Order: sequence, then structure tokens, then C-alpha cells
Amino acid sequence: MIEASVIASPILGVVFCLLHVIVSLVHAWSHLVHQIQCLIISSGLLSKYQNINLNRLRHLAVVIDSEDAKNKSKVHQLLCWLSDIGVKYVILYDIEGVMKKSDKAYEKSSANPSETKCMDFAPNMPLIFDMFGMTVEIISYTDGKEAVAKGANYLCSNYLKNQDDTLNKLGPKFTEPDISSALKAVGHDGPEPDLLLVYGPARCHLGFPAWRLRYTEIVHMGPLTSMKLSAVVKVLYDFSKKHQNYGK
Amino acid sequence: MEKNDKSMITKAIGHVSFVMRKCLFGILSIGPVPAHIAFIMDGNRRYAKRHALHQDSTNPGSGHRVGFKCLISTLQYCYEMGVKYVTVYAFSIDNFKRDPQEVQSLMDLMKEKIDELLTEDSVLKKFDARINFWGDLQLLSEPVRLTAKKAMDMTVHNKGPVLSVCVAYTSTNEITHAIEASVREKQENAPIEVSDLDRNMYTAGCLEPDIIIRTSGETRLSNFLLWQSDFAHLQNPNPLWPEFSLRHLVWAVLEYQNVHGYLKKRKGEIEKNK
Repeated sequence: MIEASVIASPILGVVFCLLHVIVSLVHAWSHLVHQIQCLIISSGLLSKYQNINLNRLRHLAVVIDSEDAKNKSKVHQLLCWLSDIGVKYVILYDIEGVMKKSDKAYEKSSANPSETKCMDFAPNMPLIFDMFGMTVEIISYTDGKEAVAKGANYLCSNYLKNQDDTLNKLGPKFTEPDISSALKAVGHDGPEPDLLLVYGPARCHLGFPAWRLRYTEIVHMGPLTSMKLSAVVKVLYDFSKKHQNYGK
Repeated sequence: MEKNDKSMITKAIGHVSFVMRKCLFGILSIGPVPAHIAFIMDGNRRYAKRHALHQDSTNPGSGHRVGFKCLISTLQYCYEMGVKYVTVYAFSIDNFKRDPQEVQSLMDLMKEKIDELLTEDSVLKKFDARINFWGDLQLLSEPVRLTAKKAMDMTVHNKGPVLSVCVAYTSTNEITHAIEASVREKQENAPIEVSDLDRNMYTAGCLEPDIIIRTSGETRLSNFLLWQSDFAHLQNPNPLWPEFSLRHLVWAVLEYQNVHGYLKKRKGEIEKNK
């Protein structure tokens, strides 16, 4: 029995590695196909990618891995592309708040700094400014669950103030609009993005505010270092053709 | 005689399949195996349309019946693999907007299948699994609500893996409910913390999902486990839910193993900063 397990373990290990080699080969093939698609799009051969209808895209979110987010020039380049395409509102998110600390870099590097109006950096609050005619909102992990806790405390203090009210004697009863109003009152009332692009090693939203993710389409773009304009164009085009039932 | 032969062959095939799955899962467990997988079982209606299943006003749930069979086999594979928690999005609060006949048919199907899950030869019995129902159960019809409660009471002491069924559920409703409960508790000056909200979620006591799989290629979460999915690997395979099979599950775990190190690192950094 011991001999059988001694023989079996390396065999199982080899099969395990083989399975992961297969996964890597499939990823490599998908990547190649994607690169060819991007090449065709950037060549301008397909007219459908030239004028994308962005009517349904009111708000776009971009989740960037914090390590990638330290590359300020890449982030700035992405914002320029999105502005050129015609996106009107972008929410930038990274879990550690690297981009919040870097917002001044975007102001300095824009062609006309007067076009960029920045608020002062506050680590636990969203940062909103205009850039190239596009509104940019920068948020981080503290704008997610902690913001909901702030909203809960706001509701709690209102509830306790109105304890004599007959309705309140039945116990607290809140609706989803109440929660949205509370989040607005504590400064965390950003819009729900229609589309969310994830730049990083994995398709994971990394703590993007839960209250704002209900029906957001989430697309993985790969690492920020290898971002391509044509890949962004493709995603926006695919989004423009999407249809949602909203549960019906 | 022929019937006996056929059942012997079926049993033999079953045994061989089981042994092969054991080997396969043994291989997969060389890497990290997810402790919690959540499924958005999307595509039942499209499957019924595509396969021209009998779907008319008298039986609008035919696609969902096929979907339930797929759920049972997926549960079996997950539990054999060692996945401790499986969560499924069975019925959203938004789904009440559907045609009333379809909603009623789904409610009837749910009651029927919950009763089936409590029988002796069900997958829950086989694995001594516990069942939870998460959601605003007051929105369900009384027969379904009572059946769900019975199922939870009957399995509450089971020691095996856990099946959590999200029914009459949305994440925003869950968060609202957790805030209500937290406010109800907090009558002194102490502020409400994130940990209080965590404790009052339907999912309290359950590990956060490692993988959330939405079938039929759709890329949104549709108000499912938004609070709990900070570090979940989001996957959206193309097959419709009734087409989801063992090979898709194995692929999902292999994909998860590829990114596990990265997600664990990011999660650890946040936990350290709390």
C-alpha cells in the first residue's frame, strides 16, 4: 500500500501539472485570438467600431489592481482614451487608494491644468474632479463597506431622535431608497456604473462598493501594463449590444 | 431478467464513474480547492426554448426542472470534491416581476424539490448536508415558506457540507435587512461597525465565496452576494445552466487555482489593515 502511494503521488502530480499546462495553452490561444481582434479593430477595417453608440453607458467604472495603479502614466493614458471615445463619467477604483493619493498627478499632466479641478485628498471620501470634459470619481476600499456603516449610523441617529414617533415604536424599518438617501447624506452617493472594467490578474472587483454593483456588467481586461485602446473599444461596442432583463 | 441486467450495468457504470471522479478530485486537491462556490443558475428558460421543451401556459417551468437535475449533480460533484459550502441563486426579488403563472409554477416547483431534498435517497441525506434559505422569506407563499422552514429545522444539526439557497433574495435587500437589525441592536452611543453589519447578514457564519459562477456567459452579478464577493473569482462560462457539467466545474476550479495566490494576497493585505 505504501509502495502504491509512493508511485501514485508523482503520477498524480504530473497529471495535475498537465491539467494546468492545458489551462495555460487555452489562455494563450484566447490571448492570441484577442490580439488579432484588437489588430483588426485598430486597423479601422471594421466600420462598426468607428462610431459606437454610448447612449446606454452613462457611467463607466474601472477597477485597477493597486500595484498597476502606481503606474500613473498608464492610468492617465486610459483616462485620455476614455475621454476621446466620449465617456462622460468614469469611476476609478483601487483597493488601497493609490489613485486617490495620485490625483494631483493627473491634474499636472493634463494639457490644460485649468480643465482639471481637484478637490483636496481625503482618504475615506470619494474624490471627484473634471478632466477633459469627463467627470472622474476616484474611490477605494474605504468607500465600500465602511461607507455603508456610516450610512447605517446616520439612519440610526435619525431613528433614535424620532423615538417618540408611533411608527418607530414598531422598531426600525428602512427601505432601499432610505439607504440610498443615507449614503448621499454621508457623502457616498456615487452612481451605479453600467460597465466595470477590471485591470489586474483576475476577474474580481476587489471590494468595489457593493451598493453600486447591482446590474453592472463586469469585464476582465488583463494587466494594465498591456492595455490597448482597441480592447477598450471592443468592450464598449459589445456593451452597446447587450440586453438586460432585470430579473423579468 | 433484462431489467435486472440493465440495472446491474447502470450500477456498475455508476461505480466506475465514482472511482474516476475520486481520482480526478484527488488530482485537483493537490492545489487549493475552493471552500465555497456560489452559482447564478442562469439559462434555464433559454435551454427550454433551444431544446423545444414543452413550455406552454400549463408548464412554464420545464427548463427549471432540467436545471434542478443539473443542480443535484453539481452538488454531488462539489461535495465529493470537498467543497464545504455551495450557494445558489434560486429566485431573486426581481423575479417576482415575471409572468404570475411562471412565478406560481416556480413556487410550486420549489416546494416540490425541497420536499424531494429531504427524502432518504437525496444528495443532502447522502452527505449529511445542512440547508439554509437566505432571503426575505416573508415574500414567499405560505406553503413554500413553511416547507423551507421545515427543511432548515430538519437539517440544522447535520455535520456535513452546507447548501444555501438564495430565494426572494437580493444583496441590497440583505444589506437593508442587516442595517435594520444593527440599528435595532444599537440603542447606546456605540457606533455601528462593519463587523455588526457582517454579523447581521443572512450569510453570517458562512465563509465568503471563493468562486462565483454565472452560467450562460452573462457578466453581471444581478444583485447576488455583492457584500460577500470582495475577493471572489468571478467566472462566466458560456454553457447554459442545464448544460453545466463536471468538466465545466473542473475547469472552474483549475481557473481558480491559477489566481488563488493573488486573491489570497490581496485579501490578506486588507485583513492586516483592518
